[in-house]
Amino acid sequence: MTNNQIMFFIFSAVIVIFSILTVTSRRILRAATFLLFVLVSTAGLYFMLRFNFLAAIQLTLYAGGIVVLIIFSILLTSQVGAKLELPGLSKKIYALIAAAAGAALCIWTILQYNFPRTSIESGRTSIDDIGKALTSTGKYGYALPFEVISILLLAAMIGSIVIAKKRKD
Amino acid sequence: MASTNIYDNFVTSLTQSIHNGLYSSMSPTWALITELAIIGFVFLMFYALVGLFLVYAERKVCAFMQNRVGPNRVGKYGIFQTIADFIKLLMKELVVIKNSDKLLFTLAPFIIIIASFMAVAAIPFAKGLHAIDFDIGILYVIAVSSLGVVGVLLAGWSSNNKYSLIGAMRSGAQIISYELSVGMSLLTIVILAGTMQFSEIVQGQEFGWFIFKGHIPAVIAFLIFLIASTAETNRGPFDLAEAESELTAGFHTEYSGIKFAFFFLAEYMNMFLVASIGATIFLGGWMPFHVSGWIGFNQVMDYIPPTFWYLGKTGFIIFLMMWFKWTFPRLRIDQLLTLEWKYLLPINLFNILLMAFIVLMGWHF
Repeated sequence: MTNNQIMFFIFSAVIVIFSILTVTSRRILRAATFLLFVLVSTAGLYFMLRFNFLAAIQLTLYAGGIVVLIIFSILLTSQVGAKLELPGLSKKIYALIAAAAGAALCIWTILQYNFPRTSIESGRTSIDDIGKALTSTGKYGYALPFEVISILLLAAMIGSIVIAKKRKD
Repeated sequence: MASTNIYDNFVTSLTQSIHNGLYSSMSPTWALITELAIIGFVFLMFYALVGLFLVYAERKVCAFMQNRVGPNRVGKYGIFQTIADFIKLLMKELVVIKNSDKLLFTLAPFIIIIASFMAVAAIPFAKGLHAIDFDIGILYVIAVSSLGVVGVLLAGWSSNNKYSLIGAMRSGAQIISYELSVGMSLLTIVILAGTMQFSEIVQGQEFGWFIFKGHIPAVIAFLIFLIASTAETNRGPFDLAEAESELTAGFHTEYSGIKFAFFFLAEYMNMFLVASIGATIFLGGWMPFHVSGWIGFNQVMDYIPPTFWYLGKTGFIIFLMMWFKWTFPRLRIDQLLTLEWKYLLPINLFNILLMAFIVLMGWHF
């Protein structure tokens, strides 16, 4: 086994174990912490593939941003030691069906795709290329999606400010 | 003319000879593991030493600012004071709290330590002397150091103590807001440097550090970086997460013994980290002070080893941050947020535009 394979198995094991713990833990803050480990290990996989930029973004956005937001909202609402109630049987069955359907769809898609060898060497995506792709309008340019997301974010921010601001009447 | 530094070959040949020696004496896998272990060990030692020294320096600087003598009993000038303190901390009882989430309570100090430990890996100490040289160096450091806030929040919540929780919330809000300013001020210099790789950034400052090269916007960015990074490390006038008079000790009130030592060490390591990033980005890192064309002067400067330059610049920024801490009064939480969102952020955005304009027109040195 090569070193890369060993690292891959370590990361995968962490991802699988902590994913399961995330959904089975009955303490909500522990679940959020386990989710953090899953996201950090995913970033580790990206580092292994030498997609450094993607890995750093994964760390900043998911681990540093989204998990922190989740923890913040838990801190504001939850009590130490409070355990979540177990869901009823019908809920469990529906959740199982939904999860199985999602997993089946993903696995089927992955198996159908035959992963052709790309000519691009991994780890050669420079920041220059990413920056140019984000702002170009031509082929493989992401200017339009980038702008659409910006407008969506702006709308969300204005909306939240309007909701949060108290009316003076 | 690119000057060749006499110390460059030394570092490169040292690391190369260790590398070759390991790979010739054992299988590649074990050689790699041994290398990883050596690097980890070196960083751990470095960590402990820097932590001990910085605590001593802080107490001496504080004493100097307040016209006192400071630690002066253990060893000459009290230099062994922090070692004695550390031994005392190791022997303290680890208090276990009832009705707390013990797993998260134990985990929190480790998350904070690991976050700053990962970030140190990208810092260049001399030419070729860094654990890893990413092409996205700055982004990596920002990304990794943003993980530390999770530890602070978990520590505050799992202590099951209202002071801890308030401290953690304040600290969380503070770190998240000021991270923006730190990132943007670094981005200003990335525009000037044209790269995010630490080794290339340092190389780009061979004839003039970026704070001189980028003149006005670079100086503004440096000031913003100093303010924001002091806030991000929960220090100085921004230490309201652990404001003693209001919150006893904030998020680490309930911690004792070695777990408290972890928080303590992480605070000083974060300060060191932030200072070394500032030194590398703005003040040239390990690059000696060169003036283009003055060949004799440049050679004299080259005789000072690069690591000394690096440590000197880092020490200068650390001294500035300690100076802040012991001279300015603590801010209120609303003042803190006003400073970030109403002043630093708009100035920063404008500054980035200014820097882009100056780089575009070629008005930098």
